Amino acid sequence: MTVPYSWQYLPLLMHICFAIGLGIFMLVASWFIGRRRFSKVKQQTYECGMMPQGDARGRFSVRFYMVAMLFILFDVEGVFMIPWAVIYKKLPSLGCSRLFGFWEIVVYLGFVAVGLFYIIRKGILKWSDDRADL
Amino acid sequence: MIPLSWYLILSAVLFTLGVTGFLVKRNLITVFMSIELMLNAVNLSFVTFAHLWDPVKGQVFVFFVMMVAAAEAAVGLAIIISVFRARATLAVDQIDLMKL
Amino acid sequence: MTLDLLHLMPTDLFRILPEVVLTITGVLIMLVDASLPPHVDRRNLGWLAALGTVFALLASQAQLALLQLAERTGFYGTVETSTFSIFFHVLICGIVLVTLLIALDTLPENGHHKGEFFALITFGAVGMCLLTSAVELLVVFIALEISSIATYVLAGYRKENGRGPEAAIKYFLLGSFATGFFLYGIAMVFGATGSTVISEIATRVHTGGHPGLILLALGLMLVGILFKVSAAPFHIWTPDVYEGAPSPVVALMSTAPKAAAFALLIRILYGAFPALQPIWTPLLWLVAVLSMTVGNLAALRQHNVKRMLAYSSIAHAGYLIAAFAGAGNTGITAACFYTAAYASMNVGAFAVVTLISGYEDELPLIKDFRGVLYRTPVLGGALIFFLISLIGIPFTGGFFGKFFSFTTAMGGGAVWLVLIGLLNSGLAAAYYLRLIVSIAQKPEGESPVPPVAQPIGVAVSAALMLAIAATLVLGIAPGEVLKNAAEGAYELMPHSMQMVNSLVFF
Repeated sequence: MTVPYSWQYLPLLMHICFAIGLGIFMLVASWFIGRRRFSKVKQQTYECGMMPQGDARGRFSVRFYMVAMLFILFDVEGVFMIPWAVIYKKLPSLGCSRLFGFWEIVVYLGFVAVGLFYIIRKGILKWSDDRADL
Repeated sequence: MIPLSWYLILSAVLFTLGVTGFLVKRNLITVFMSIELMLNAVNLSFVTFAHLWDPVKGQVFVFFVMMVAAAEAAVGLAIIISVFRARATLAVDQIDLMKL
Repeated sequence: MTLDLLHLMPTDLFRILPEVVLTITGVLIMLVDASLPPHVDRRNLGWLAALGTVFALLASQAQLALLQLAERTGFYGTVETSTFSIFFHVLICGIVLVTLLIALDTLPENGHHKGEFFALITFGAVGMCLLTSAVELLVVFIALEISSIATYVLAGYRKENGRGPEAAIKYFLLGSFATGFFLYGIAMVFGATGSTVISEIATRVHTGGHPGLILLALGLMLVGILFKVSAAPFHIWTPDVYEGAPSPVVALMSTAPKAAAFALLIRILYGAFPALQPIWTPLLWLVAVLSMTVGNLAALRQHNVKRMLAYSSIAHAGYLIAAFAGAGNTGITAACFYTAAYASMNVGAFAVVTLISGYEDELPLIKDFRGVLYRTPVLGGALIFFLISLIGIPFTGGFFGKFFSFTTAMGGGAVWLVLIGLLNSGLAAAYYLRLIVSIAQKPEGESPVPPVAQPIGVAVSAALMLAIAATLVLGIAPGEVLKNAAEGAYELMPHSMQMVNSLVFF
């Protein structure tokens, strides 16, 4: 008996249905099982257990362009890792030891890590202190 | 099947559009986007020729071009921001402190 | 010592040892810079960079051991070690060393992202060095971009000034534009020949292929490279970028990336397209004449010293390209020698200009240089020396550079080119002399603020000394350098050695 090609996606479909079902189930269950009591404290804005202060609509810079620039760079790093991952198991048959492939990617990721270390140490990912020169 | 030459013609048209945009547009971001368009037109050429000759070589080239384009984009946007901070404009015509 | 290295590490690694050393230095500088607290002065990182550059220079010297091997290329035929590449490695490392020494003493005391400055120079040097040894177009492209991106950032280093970002954006946009052309050229040559290895391209061009595509590729690649060397129709960016960039950076980017780009030009023309020599010789003839004439005529009208030197560098690119009219590999020899001579005198000239005008260019104009010889005789004398060399007066490197370039062009039958070149040299003397006269004039009573408030530091004195020594050696005993250049040329084009022998006579 031949199975239609698209049937191989059946597990995926089941997975999706299960995920959606689980979500709905949790919402509905908590609606029925949970207790609802309204008091002043309960209705307050949640702020990690602290007393809320100030306006929730305060503005702060997320340094969008800086984040975007870093995203471009770190995003494209993946370009070289995917071909590497695909070919890694076949390396011996291509006349190259696997250890060589391993160290190659370690060197590559080492450079990425240096970049990341530099960014963190320079405080670029710290949104709280807004310095003008960044 | 679509003949390879069509892809090459498309690539040439895109490249020309990029060059024209670079020469005609008057906003730094648009000019920069034109350059990116040129690079991507080249990528299309590479993929086409990879199909013709050697699938690995041409496609590897495309990977590297993408990588370099990303690095260039990061540096270029940073420079554009520093220009904007210094001059409060992105109009090409107004960035003229130095002239012949 | 050299032989030990050969057995100590894989030969592939040895072939890129200078680049590896420079990369490690740059990464180390970045790490240390990020680890230090913000208020600590980063000056010592400059010494670290200089040390790394010296090691890279020694590494490229040690690479001579590789020449005993039968195999000339490594990393699957992408990187070649030859006397040609070693010649340019040594030259570029020397320029970078001198630039670092200049920057050590002239960068402002605190702040200003000093650590990154040194790291960027080292990373740029990696690209330039790799560019001279790459024999595969993908590696060529990567190397070109490494050096370009580093110099784009360096060009805009004076962010507060307004001119800095403007210089950076002009350099960046036009540079990327040219890179786009170069890349399209690579795509075309890949399409026409199915290869990106330079030697393979040469054989396949020879055996046919698609002539139209190959011609298109040659033209597009020439646009990209001629931009990098700021030759005439593609020179528009040069004066603005040189004016807006900090002087130590100009000392670097008017010499080292150009040297690397000339090496690339030689490799592409003689390595990949020797079969098309009848086509590209007249093209370069035209470019040489245009560069010389446009550069010199525009330089005559300048009042700003850095702009004047920028136009003069365009003219010098023209004199250099004139050498390509030479027959066989004599052109390569003369071009290599000219690159070395030009680099040593130009880097020296910009070192002095940095000291006189200051990092922020407080005294940019020719008339501001009035009386420098009386106020600081050492600097005035040094600048006059470098200008004399730029004019091309005997006993300086500039003289022999021009001499070899024009004699090879003559040997190639380009008599008119040489005549135009000689006329241009006369024209050029006029504006150099204007600056010399200004330097040597008695200072007037109300002359501008005294230049060179700071004492001349140890590092920058060493830089000046190196540049002067190099210019003098090239001007008095050019034989050794010329021999090395000729060996490099011979390795690229083994066919016509007899012409070179006629030059090595010096």
